[in-house]
Amino acid sequence: MRIAKSETMSVRAAPEVVGVRHAVRKWAVELGFSLVEQTKIVTAASELARNMVDYGKGGTLTLEGLDDGHRRGLRLIFEDHGPGIPDLAAALRDGFTTGSGMGLGLGGARRLSNEFEIKTAPGEGTRIAITRWRGVS
Amino acid sequence: MAEKGWAVLAGLLRANAQEIVNEWVRLQRQDLALRNNLLKAGELEQQCRDFIELLSRALETGGGANVNTSDTWAPVRDFLSGISRSRARQGFSPTETATFVFSLKQPVFDVLRKNVAAEELTDRAWDITTLLDALGLYTTETYQKGREEIIARQQQELLELSTPVVQLWEGVLALPLIGTLDSARTQVVMESLLQTIVDTGSEIAIIDITGVPVVDTLVAQHLLKTVAAARLMGADCIISGIRPQIAQTIVHLGVEINDVITKATLADAFAIALKRAGLAVVRKASAGRAAGAAE
Amino acid sequence: MEQRIPILKMGRFLLVSIQVDMDDRTAMTLQDDLTAQIVKHRARGVLIDISSLDVVDSFIGRMLANTAAMARILDADTVVVGMQPSVAITLVELGLSLKGVRSALNVERGMELLRSIAEGGESEAEPTDADREE
Repeated sequence: MRIAKSETMSVRAAPEVVGVRHAVRKWAVELGFSLVEQTKIVTAASELARNMVDYGKGGTLTLEGLDDGHRRGLRLIFEDHGPGIPDLAAALRDGFTTGSGMGLGLGGARRLSNEFEIKTAPGEGTRIAITRWRGVS
Repeated sequence: MAEKGWAVLAGLLRANAQEIVNEWVRLQRQDLALRNNLLKAGELEQQCRDFIELLSRALETGGGANVNTSDTWAPVRDFLSGISRSRARQGFSPTETATFVFSLKQPVFDVLRKNVAAEELTDRAWDITTLLDALGLYTTETYQKGREEIIARQQQELLELSTPVVQLWEGVLALPLIGTLDSARTQVVMESLLQTIVDTGSEIAIIDITGVPVVDTLVAQHLLKTVAAARLMGADCIISGIRPQIAQTIVHLGVEINDVITKATLADAFAIALKRAGLAVVRKASAGRAAGAAE
Repeated sequence: MEQRIPILKMGRFLLVSIQVDMDDRTAMTLQDDLTAQIVKHRARGVLIDISSLDVVDSFIGRMLANTAAMARILDADTVVVGMQPSVAITLVELGLSLKGVRSALNVERGMELLRSIAEGGESEAEPTDADREE
């Protein structure tokens, strides 16, 4: 599998979340995703970008266009050097919490993606990678 | 492999081309006895002659190694792909298609026996066998790919044909689902329904599953997700045609279906839909009497 | 970038049409503005047109639900109209239930709905929490 194209952007403040949505939308359109596929990955990106700003103290988003010979995909890597997620299991469980807590963000982003990887530890920051392949529900 | 060996083969192929082609065609026609009508007279001969020419040229240029990857053999590969694809389209079986290559062995062996010294014969025979085996397998593979492309295209066409959303009345849509629902198809169908709801401004959609023999968890979940999505958009769905077996399955699967309106038949669902839309169907008594016919 | 989304008054109802991709600040400002306007005009209903939104994430969803909840306390109903199919599909996948938020296909139907509720006669059943939960 190869990475056809890659781009990294900084996401430090709330207004930049909109920029993330636009960038992801643009890449998804270029890769030929259907409208529903686009909406799913843009929404997932919005959730993760916001989490990164609110809890991770800002970080970077790397967009990668993938090609595994059969199909094309889009991978988004959100990386921050914030406090890390203390209780990952709880965070992944859907809690529609208002106020503090990630609510549906993490679990939702996972449900909206074909692949989901997370690496986090208290004090070590967080790295989340989500992938959506074209033509896969 | 000795370069000389391949050159010898190439030379023999060229020198005896006609003889080889004649025997080769005869063997193929014998094997493909039932398919003769699919190959126009002379077409097979031409294909064989062309192949021998391409084969000879490749052997002369680069020997018999790396037939699957080297550029020298690209013309031969392209030629075989073409044959494979057209045979697949015409309905030949994979074996019948690979016969094109494999049946070449016999005529070539005959030529080798007549022209090559005993101590060299084994090596040359081995060379040509491995070469034709590789090419035969390549033919089978491209045949497979050709079939897969056809199937994928047919699936797409079927998908498009079998996702009809029907407008029963102003503001009332019906989606009669027929056949087995797989994940991909269900999704396409549901997206189509939701889009039609927007396009027609219909507030009620009846999803009829009378024609669906099996409803598993995945399908049930997709149905419920569609109902939820329609509600978020401002429309309501009624699911009709739930057979007793399906009702059992749904209960056993523990799927939450309580807040969805369900009806046994599409007719019942339509009646509800009309009522909600504030419509009623009225029998016009006068028309019957005017016709003078007994009821 | 500071954006303020305009709120129109139509009789006893307020009408908002969200045409821009809102950042968090804009969304919060809208929520505050709507609440203030409901009080100021003693509005009976709020109609939010989201037909231009091609993304609704959990933040925006929460904003809509909170707005509806606050409106309810102020004795006003909220109807969201024009949700795009792909947005609806994504929200369901996300697991977001817009509790307390009614929906209608378009502005026209939305206004009909608000009027019928305001007049005391409901054209359809009141959406309870059970209806909205997965």
